[in-house]
Amino acid sequence: MSTATTAAHGHDSHEDHPTGLKRWIFTTNHKDIGTLYLCFSLLMFFVGGGFAMAIRAELYKPDMRFFSPEVFNQLLTEHGLIMIFGAIMPGLVGFANWMIPLMIGAPDMALPRLNNWSFWILPFGFALLIGSLFAPGGGPAGGWTLYPPLSIQGGIGTDMAILGLQILGVSSILGAINIVVTVLNMRAPGMTLMKMPMFVWTWLITAYLLIAVMPVLAGALTMLMTDRHFGTHFFNPAGGGDPVLYQHVFWFFGHPEVYIMILPAFGLISEIIPTFSRKPLFGYTSMVYATMSIAFLSFIVWGHHMFTSGMFPTSDLFFMYSTMLIAVPTGVKVFNWTATMWRGALSFETPMLFAIAFLVLFTIGGLSGVMLAMWPSDQQYHNTYFVVAHFHYVLFGGSVMAMMGAMYYWLPKWTGHMYNETLGKWHFWLTTIFFNVTFFPQHFLGLAGMPRRIPDYALQFAGWNQVSSLGAFGLGASQLLMVYILVQTIRGGAKAPAKVWEDAHGLEWTLPSPPPYHSFATPPKIT
Amino acid sequence: MSTCRYRRLVPFGLGLLALLSNVARAASGVPSDWGINIQPPVTPIAQDIMHLHMMVFYICVGIFVVVAGFMFYSIIFHRKSRGYRPATFHESTTVEIIWTIIPFVILIAMAIPATSTLLKIVNTRPGTQLLVKVTGYQWKWRYSYPKQHIAFFSSLSTPLAQIDDKAPKNPHFLLQVNHPLVLPVNEKVRFLITSNDVIHGWWVPALGIQDDAIPGFIHEGWATILKPGVYRGQCAQLCGAGHGFMPIVVKAVPQAQFVSWVKKEQAGEQIASANSAAATSKVWTKAALMTKGKQVFQTSCSVCHQASGQGVPGMFPPISAGHPFNAAPTLTAKLARRGFYKGGKIVEGPVAKHIDIVLNGISGTPMPAWGPQLSNAAIAAVITYERNAFGNHTGDIVQPSQIQAAR
Repeated sequence: MSTATTAAHGHDSHEDHPTGLKRWIFTTNHKDIGTLYLCFSLLMFFVGGGFAMAIRAELYKPDMRFFSPEVFNQLLTEHGLIMIFGAIMPGLVGFANWMIPLMIGAPDMALPRLNNWSFWILPFGFALLIGSLFAPGGGPAGGWTLYPPLSIQGGIGTDMAILGLQILGVSSILGAINIVVTVLNMRAPGMTLMKMPMFVWTWLITAYLLIAVMPVLAGALTMLMTDRHFGTHFFNPAGGGDPVLYQHVFWFFGHPEVYIMILPAFGLISEIIPTFSRKPLFGYTSMVYATMSIAFLSFIVWGHHMFTSGMFPTSDLFFMYSTMLIAVPTGVKVFNWTATMWRGALSFETPMLFAIAFLVLFTIGGLSGVMLAMWPSDQQYHNTYFVVAHFHYVLFGGSVMAMMGAMYYWLPKWTGHMYNETLGKWHFWLTTIFFNVTFFPQHFLGLAGMPRRIPDYALQFAGWNQVSSLGAFGLGASQLLMVYILVQTIRGGAKAPAKVWEDAHGLEWTLPSPPPYHSFATPPKIT
Repeated sequence: MSTCRYRRLVPFGLGLLALLSNVARAASGVPSDWGINIQPPVTPIAQDIMHLHMMVFYICVGIFVVVAGFMFYSIIFHRKSRGYRPATFHESTTVEIIWTIIPFVILIAMAIPATSTLLKIVNTRPGTQLLVKVTGYQWKWRYSYPKQHIAFFSSLSTPLAQIDDKAPKNPHFLLQVNHPLVLPVNEKVRFLITSNDVIHGWWVPALGIQDDAIPGFIHEGWATILKPGVYRGQCAQLCGAGHGFMPIVVKAVPQAQFVSWVKKEQAGEQIASANSAAATSKVWTKAALMTKGKQVFQTSCSVCHQASGQGVPGMFPPISAGHPFNAAPTLTAKLARRGFYKGGKIVEGPVAKHIDIVLNGISGTPMPAWGPQLSNAAIAAVITYERNAFGNHTGDIVQPSQIQAAR
């Protein structure tokens, strides 16, 4: 009886395949939703990148030239929020949507309607977040961290941004629940947890992080909202409140958030490197445990964002030690990837090039992270361009480069066409070179004494700022090439085989390229 | 011209080399052109930080070289295109234990000096000889010496024309103030750092101090400056539109010079308060008020309301009447209630309310209370100026005595 109902229902939904705009709005198909997430992420990457170009244009010379300081502060706030919540997070969710069902042999995500909703509330969130710039008084101008009391001073644009972020938080929680349910319930028979591809593992752990911390952000934002409009004094010292309380709550969300953005990237890299090394991933088990330890540690290190806030020395010591400890599991990961390459038979297609760049740049960012963990020297790094350089090495050099590599890795699978390898390599080299020209000098600027988030600076900082701005313009322009390659590949190109890469392993490569709209209707056999 | 170009290229090329050899060629107390490392330290704390920084930096470089070495060896020699046959190993418990333990040991080696430096930095009280209170304001600093009864504001002295690229820039562009903090050398100075409005960051690299100035908190720090000189820093924590424009200048002088500075400053404060009393009781001419008012407006008001008096759309209201201003209803309602806003435009409100706004600020907006910061004469002058400049022609003259009465 129940089998009959299921079959009938299944049949029904298979027939229902609208086309055109309706297909995208009403879709419950993980591949379509994955595509939507990835396209949205690309769009936001360019919006946020546009803000970055504006910031670097203003900083090209020591003058106030294009923007007033107030507008400059809005630009840097929006740049941060959009890149984090608009480009990186939806991008990684897009990969999860597309790849997790294919990798674990599931027909779709476990909660397809929820999946549709978690994507389609994003545009509303971003309409508020970006629309705030056009509100009277402009958008939020207190930096992406929205520290009170400064964020209490903002106009209605700040409220719009807060509400927008609440919506994005809901979207993330729903997406995360869906991933957990899918991974725990929908694996093909025989795929035990310890047989899952590393990308699925990292996303499972990330999803738990999201469920744990997005509500904390919601709490912080709600308190901010009631402080602004309903006469509460959570963060207002004049009313008995505490501005540092906000920092604790925010960073209790904010630090795991950093790992939310990097752990799935670790997963992507762990798929790419073994394929092009023609050798299995070194230390699978220790990779899983290292990911878990990083996730755990991410909850107990938030205080290092507050090393200049004047906490108790005992707290400073605790957060310094716990932060340093993160270097151990992170080191294990980097060593494992290197050991995977060691004595492999390497080839250097575009995905592998991005993966290697990830390894090098993420290691630089990780090591500057160790420097930042040292409380005493952090007194000289905190709130400077050294920090800006550090987190761009881990977020652009890390997360974004990993996503670019993964895009080239699975693009033939998704579209059924090979991308243009020559252009892909051009995109890689331009991105890598300009990335370093942009961000490496920012280490120098920070050490030499330039604070972050300033619209104008002393003459002594002019040289490196000019180099950095020129690099940024190049970096921005190079990404247009990526769009060209993408469009070209979607529209046509050499036919891609089912197993696109010679030594690729995993269930996704058992399906034709592109995979059928509904794949793994009967679960595959795992041997 | 060509020598100039070469002079710029040389430090560029030698940049990394200089970093590695830790050559600090910077002029003391200021960032250097093409600078790549922390400014030369002048306090024991800053020296300890510098040593720790360089030690950790070298360790990190070492780790990077080893990891990248393996990576690039692999990239060069273990290539498919060279016909290299892949190995099949995929785990080794021994190796994994080794590369978990080695980083752990390195971290402990770094944690030991870090801990002792931390404990030294937070040990603010013993041996304190001078106490200085630092208060952050949007966007200036106030320094007070409670025992010496000296207090003053210290704000950016770079003229607007230089910021707008209409005049050649001073070498200390954006790092110069009207009234530097003066401290004696070889004395332990304890700082009590707080804020009057939003969070600021009091950061002087050469002193090795960066402490957030948080309203409702007193943050303690200390410095024993070993070398006389001028040390420049900046606000480190985003604090609104003027964040990039509230530098810190510390002038460290020998003990004897400091004592005479204190005397001069105390006498100066007496004279200033006498002058201020005289200025308050005096009847000023309109021309004198306008001249002083323009000067006060440019240093205190133009960051938000702009030198043109046009404000920033939606954010900072214009001063010039008849100018449309479209902002959040919460802000325009506050202006309308005081008689300065009607029908979407800024209007010239009553004098009494104008004095109230400047003296007490508008709570819930960035408009601060200038009463505690400016003299009666300065406030009277700036109000007179605002009511007779930027196309405003009320003809009103406000005398310092009116301000005194309104306080």
